Amino acid sequence: MRLRITFSKTGALRYIGHLDLNTIWERAARRAELPLAYTQGFHPQPKMKFASALPLGFSSRCEMVDVWINEDVDLSSLSTPLQNMMPAGIGILSIQSVDERAPALQTQIRSAEYEVVVTEAMDKVHLKQKIEEVMASAFLPRQRRGKSYDLRPLIEKLELTAKDQIHMRLSAREGATGRPEEVLSVLEIPIEQVSIERIGLIFQN
Amino acid sequence: MLEPKEIEARLEQILLKVERPGRYVGGEINSVIKDWNENQAKVALVFPDIYDIGISNVGLKILYDQINQREDALAERAYAPWPDMEARLRERGIPLYSLESKHALRSFDLIGFSLPYETLYTNTLNILDLAGIPVRSSERGESDPIIIAGGHAATNPEPMHAFIDAFVIGEGEEVIHEIINVILTMRGSRKSAPEEHSAGGARFRPRKGAGRYAQSARATQPAPNSIRNDILKALAKIPGVYVPKYYKVHYMDDGTVARVESLMDGIANPVLKRIVAQLPPPPTRFIVPNIEVVHNRVSVEIMRGCTRGCRFCQAGMITRPVRERSVDEIVEAAEAAIRATGFEELALISLSSSNFSYVVELVNKVSERFKGRKLTISLPSLRIESVSIDLMDKLREHYSGGFTLAPEAATERMRRIINKFIPDEDIINTTREIYRRGWTTIKLYFMIGHPSETLEDVQAIADLCKRVISEGRKVAGMKVKLHAGVSTFVPKPQTPFQWVSVDTRESILAKQKLLKHELKDRNIKLSWTEPEDTLLEAWLTRGDRRMAEVIYSAWKNGTKFDAWNEHRKIQAWLEAFAQQGLDPAFYTHRPRRADEVFPWDHISAAVRKNFLFQDFRQSLEGKIRVDCRLNCFACGILPTFANVRRENPGETWKCPEVKSPAHNKQIPVINHQLPMAGD
Repeated sequence: MRLRITFSKTGALRYIGHLDLNTIWERAARRAELPLAYTQGFHPQPKMKFASALPLGFSSRCEMVDVWINEDVDLSSLSTPLQNMMPAGIGILSIQSVDERAPALQTQIRSAEYEVVVTEAMDKVHLKQKIEEVMASAFLPRQRRGKSYDLRPLIEKLELTAKDQIHMRLSAREGATGRPEEVLSVLEIPIEQVSIERIGLIFQN
Repeated sequence: MLEPKEIEARLEQILLKVERPGRYVGGEINSVIKDWNENQAKVALVFPDIYDIGISNVGLKILYDQINQREDALAERAYAPWPDMEARLRERGIPLYSLESKHALRSFDLIGFSLPYETLYTNTLNILDLAGIPVRSSERGESDPIIIAGGHAATNPEPMHAFIDAFVIGEGEEVIHEIINVILTMRGSRKSAPEEHSAGGARFRPRKGAGRYAQSARATQPAPNSIRNDILKALAKIPGVYVPKYYKVHYMDDGTVARVESLMDGIANPVLKRIVAQLPPPPTRFIVPNIEVVHNRVSVEIMRGCTRGCRFCQAGMITRPVRERSVDEIVEAAEAAIRATGFEELALISLSSSNFSYVVELVNKVSERFKGRKLTISLPSLRIESVSIDLMDKLREHYSGGFTLAPEAATERMRRIINKFIPDEDIINTTREIYRRGWTTIKLYFMIGHPSETLEDVQAIADLCKRVISEGRKVAGMKVKLHAGVSTFVPKPQTPFQWVSVDTRESILAKQKLLKHELKDRNIKLSWTEPEDTLLEAWLTRGDRRMAEVIYSAWKNGTKFDAWNEHRKIQAWLEAFAQQGLDPAFYTHRPRRADEVFPWDHISAAVRKNFLFQDFRQSLEGKIRVDCRLNCFACGILPTFANVRRENPGETWKCPEVKSPAHNKQIPVINHQLPMAGD
């Protein structure tokens, strides 16, 4: 049976990286006595695949993981025990059963949406103007880890909401992933002055 | 003082700028967060190394459970921040805080440091400084927490006497409750006492450059009748608690100790270690870190103490008597702990697994219980014999690592000296069989620098390694590997070798050079201890009270994380000795008189000095002593704890039973006669 679990990641868990999150899920599943399926081979690992790594420091209300188990279980009775075995900061939002042969989440993801709250006072007029400039530009050359690339095609949507939050939708395809902190850097907003939440993953179909 | 909310807000600003911020945020499964209220005794348990190492410490876990089980107390945790985090904390004026509730360490009543090894001393000073607590006991005031410490390094507490208010000698499970009771009873009036320091957050000032709190800036010695002093006096009267300020050390002209005087009535001298008659139920709700750490595992202590009597081994001398747990208790605890944590490894720990009376039954039951579950099981410290291979074979399904054995020495002469007698043939037959059964890697532990060791004894280590690998090749081909871990012996307090000098730097280097030259086979991996690390450990473990100023100076000179290769700063230590006008060789390279009073003689692990000296003499004569389960050598444990043994008859203790009624309530605790050379 293949479970598709949507969960949130907040609080202290924001400071836990993706590899560690993997281990947290394995141990929580074992504590909840889920009959985990393991990979074959010399070092068997639980079969678990995440949709997309969440950068350190971000919170999220839309993380997804597929977990393979050896026995069929009643989905309605799964959520509470699993939630009880999670460290504070992970909230189980939904559990579905999906076709064993469905393609991996990672290959289906297209875009990710983020909401950015600026915690310090900001010049709204200036920010609006910067956002318009970004969206109007044809080319946004950036340097990352010594490589230059064009950020502009990775930005699908960028706007200031009625609540003064920056809302963005960035490409999340394999090999073409937009990073919110890069966009913020273009907008001249220091990373220490924001909290970033991933609010949606958009998949093919 | 900064409130938890302010600390959290400031942390938000820095956590993304440091390596592995998960070290500093808490929130782990099985951590305990209690409501913070006026009526509890609040204890911060600190392991003075980084989170990645400290989180797995079993001793602190036991105390954490003991304290949190009480309604009138809470325990939280803190670890040493890595230097990148330390810099940010100081920059932002964030005092070191507990992971559970984010309270500043200074707002706790009691801070307990675990000191299992000596290279944590400078970190301990640094943590106090980061917490905004005066580093020196004498400068602490009414509003500062009481600072206590325990662990194997407290076997000689003197080098840290100036910084720790009270040491726990021996096992902490019972005495921690007595300490908390004192705090609860006596601090009532402490709370209403006015803060004699500046109030609020101004107390913690970020460090500018190297300028830590100057000694002179804190002339805040509490008045003799302060509540702090009342607490310390009450603590000093608890059996097993050593409060250094109530003892005065007198020295001889040559710098050795003449005697230690008690400055108060009603306190023990010597201070006798505490033991628990029966091991309490092992902890099972281990804290599950959210980040990858060094030991991701459940540890169940199967037995405490050791009867083998290896003369170099401090743990084997100071953790007597041997007390075992029942197989059922171990298996049930392991099961409960695995369920409560989801960990992927179980370690069954003791000083010598092979000596556990029911080791075969234990392994059978454990392998049966965890069959088919993806779990690694480790059973360290096995004897070099075929039974050990059978045991490991049964755990095969659960074991992915190599096979570790510890011959410690490679000549018959040396094995007699250290009292760990294993004939070469046993080593060869055992290792050959291990390779034959399919293990490709064997790790052998040796030590150099044993008393009277020559280059021939060291050559024998190399020869033995080569023979092991060539015999292994005969049965398992060219793929066999050997890892030779060769550390350097440090003569530790309260052992038969406490009279012995440390090998010199030159001699250690020559021996290591020989090993490196001899062990060039590409399938033999050699590892060793740098002589600087050995010397530092030796100074710190053998030091007297004057060493405290050396530690203080070294910390001022910038030493910390002394157990870490990348932080090794031997020059800063040598400068610290020079600044204090002390000769490091006095502590490590001086021949000792048979009747020398050691700086740690007023601390007793209940093993008589006479016994240790006799054992040392036997070592010089090459006489071995068998496992003391077979023959009691009267080390001192039984007369000291005769009543405890009498009340706990049967199999759990491995000492002979005491059946006779107590003639005299006053037990002659320690025979403190000095051994003479002709003894």
